[in-house]
Amino acid sequence: MLIYLFDNTFDGLLTAVFDAFFRHDEPGQLLTGGDALPLFADEVHEVKTDENKAGRVWAGLEKRLRENELRMITISWLSEDKNLNWPLFRYVCKVFHAPQDEACRIVQNFADEDVLTVTRIAEKVTHEAHRMLQFVRFQKAKDGTYLGVVSPDYNVLPLATDHFRDRFGDQPWLLYDAGRRYGFYYDTRSLHRIVFDGDENFDLRDGSLQGDMLAEDEMLFQNLWRTYFKAICIKERINPKKQAGDMPRRYWRYMTEMQKKPGSV
Amino acid sequence: MLSENVIEKLRILTESAKYDVSCSSSGTVRKGKPGMVGNTVGGVGICHSFADDGRCISLLKIMLTNYCMYDCAYCINRRSNDIRRATLAVHELEEIVMEFYRRNYIEGLFLSSGVVRNPDYTMERLTAIVRDLRTVHRFNGYIHLKAIPGASQELLNEAGRYADRMSVNIEIPKEESLKALAPEKDHRSVFQPMHLIQQGVLENKEDRGKLRNVPRFVPAGQSTQMIVGATADTDRDILTMSSSLYAEPTMRRVYYSGYVSVNTYDQRLPVLKQPPLVRENRLYQADWLLRFYGFNVQEIVDDRHEQLDLDIDPKLAWALRHPEYFPVDINTAAYEQILRVPGIGTRSAALIVSSRRFGRVTSAHLRKMGVVMKKAKYFITCRELNAGYNDRIMGVNEIPAAVLRQRLLSPAVQKQLAAEQQGTLDLGIE
Repeated sequence: MLIYLFDNTFDGLLTAVFDAFFRHDEPGQLLTGGDALPLFADEVHEVKTDENKAGRVWAGLEKRLRENELRMITISWLSEDKNLNWPLFRYVCKVFHAPQDEACRIVQNFADEDVLTVTRIAEKVTHEAHRMLQFVRFQKAKDGTYLGVVSPDYNVLPLATDHFRDRFGDQPWLLYDAGRRYGFYYDTRSLHRIVFDGDENFDLRDGSLQGDMLAEDEMLFQNLWRTYFKAICIKERINPKKQAGDMPRRYWRYMTEMQKKPGSV
Repeated sequence: MLSENVIEKLRILTESAKYDVSCSSSGTVRKGKPGMVGNTVGGVGICHSFADDGRCISLLKIMLTNYCMYDCAYCINRRSNDIRRATLAVHELEEIVMEFYRRNYIEGLFLSSGVVRNPDYTMERLTAIVRDLRTVHRFNGYIHLKAIPGASQELLNEAGRYADRMSVNIEIPKEESLKALAPEKDHRSVFQPMHLIQQGVLENKEDRGKLRNVPRFVPAGQSTQMIVGATADTDRDILTMSSSLYAEPTMRRVYYSGYVSVNTYDQRLPVLKQPPLVRENRLYQADWLLRFYGFNVQEIVDDRHEQLDLDIDPKLAWALRHPEYFPVDINTAAYEQILRVPGIGTRSAALIVSSRRFGRVTSAHLRKMGVVMKKAKYFITCRELNAGYNDRIMGVNEIPAAVLRQRLLSPAVQKQLAAEQQGTLDLGIE
């Protein structure tokens, strides 16, 4: 079996597609450098990521697919899911194997395993991006910046920033992915990608700012929100299963209303 | 700066507002505007949190005051109830809305109020708040406003220019039941404001056709709610009412609220240990069939089936009553027919229709697309051979409906029925 090895980047995957067509290969698996090779790996081709080649493949996709499907491909990539590599590789190959005007049709065949897998993963990522819009909680800092910390499974912050820009265009905010250790800062004019390196005072692992960094009335509104959250519940209908189903526990630790804080009523 | 007693007021007024189940923030797409705060997203809306009872929190659902001059038996805020009363100052409410919104706690405001002095006075105060939010605080998020029955058309017309959605609750589907529980109300008092709002929307549509830049009027339409289980009204009464409401051009959602025994002392009301949650859920399922699955209300409930089957969902119940409709051939049947198969939802139906152009869709494909084959297999064919040569085809036409129904009960229901048969469970339900 012919194995393709690539560097687990999007450009790398597109380069792999380029190579497969250029070399008239039919690889049996697409793996990344760290993966163990399967037992019968008799031939290995190492893909050298090349922006130029990747760009040509992407341009080809742009010619063949519609906006929706292109977007789906980029979204699925944000999953950072290893199980996506091989189906996505085959998906892209299938697009190029089909006659040019047929390509945008074959990607609607959900009986095709690769099409279904890529679509499903993209759906999952979109779903989690929506959860950012739902569950991000901002705390107001002393300087007026609204800080929201999250730790999503997929790399979905880039999909959420447009929404927050549109919604909170007049307030500076900072959206931070604690797991991936990067974030986006919006200064009411433009968006900046930021990382904090080695600043020990700015520990965001538990997501809350220290007391002296908070705006004066921040605690009051947090308390009001927790009070509201408790009061809106109808005790006769308690249903923790539905609650956890719609709002999975992994998001709770950064959510104001789920944090137990002294002073809440 | 807000004072500390605002916390207590917020608690009281939230507890008074929570039995109104409407929660959605959908129906309008409005982009952010320079100089304003917020946008609305349309589509399914955004639920920001889920309370311990599993209900979504999208809007800040609150009453301006819970003083009320009416004495409706089913309402927690009825005049004769001895509960704590409070009124939020206008600036307090506005500040809470803005600050909650900026922290991404909420999509907007769902404002309601007890009726104080007279309907016009109350409506005027509600209108003043939404006007303030839009013009002073430049709030561009979602606003759902209750229309107070009996308020004047001028006030409703003004409020509708600021609100995204307005609602009046029917509460009880049959007028005689409503009159028994709320002598001061009748159906006319509910339908009149509904009608006025609808008129406003339609006129606004016409004006916008002629002139651009006319501000939109209640762009997300209306909603309403009915209480389930407080009166003897049947599911048929409820769903017939819903269906006729959905025929109106501006009615977007009907909500069903399982009655929570809030006023146990009132002899006119049943005493329920638990709100009728299963029945409420079945009603929502039936509501979905009406809105998204192309069902008629007569197909779901009729003379012989006045109540929905609590053990199985209404679509399955319909399918068991209509074996002549099946089996549906997945590879040739129209989308509308496929939608009627139990175990197939709108999403999988769309996937099937899209995929079968490329080749035969098999049961393995269906499973992967998310079809619940456990149910669907009795109602479809995909022109496959059976696993065993001698196996007979076993579908809804071969198996008696009663047997199939038994087989398709959810494990929880099956277990409960078995336990009941053994007499080990003493259930307090009728």
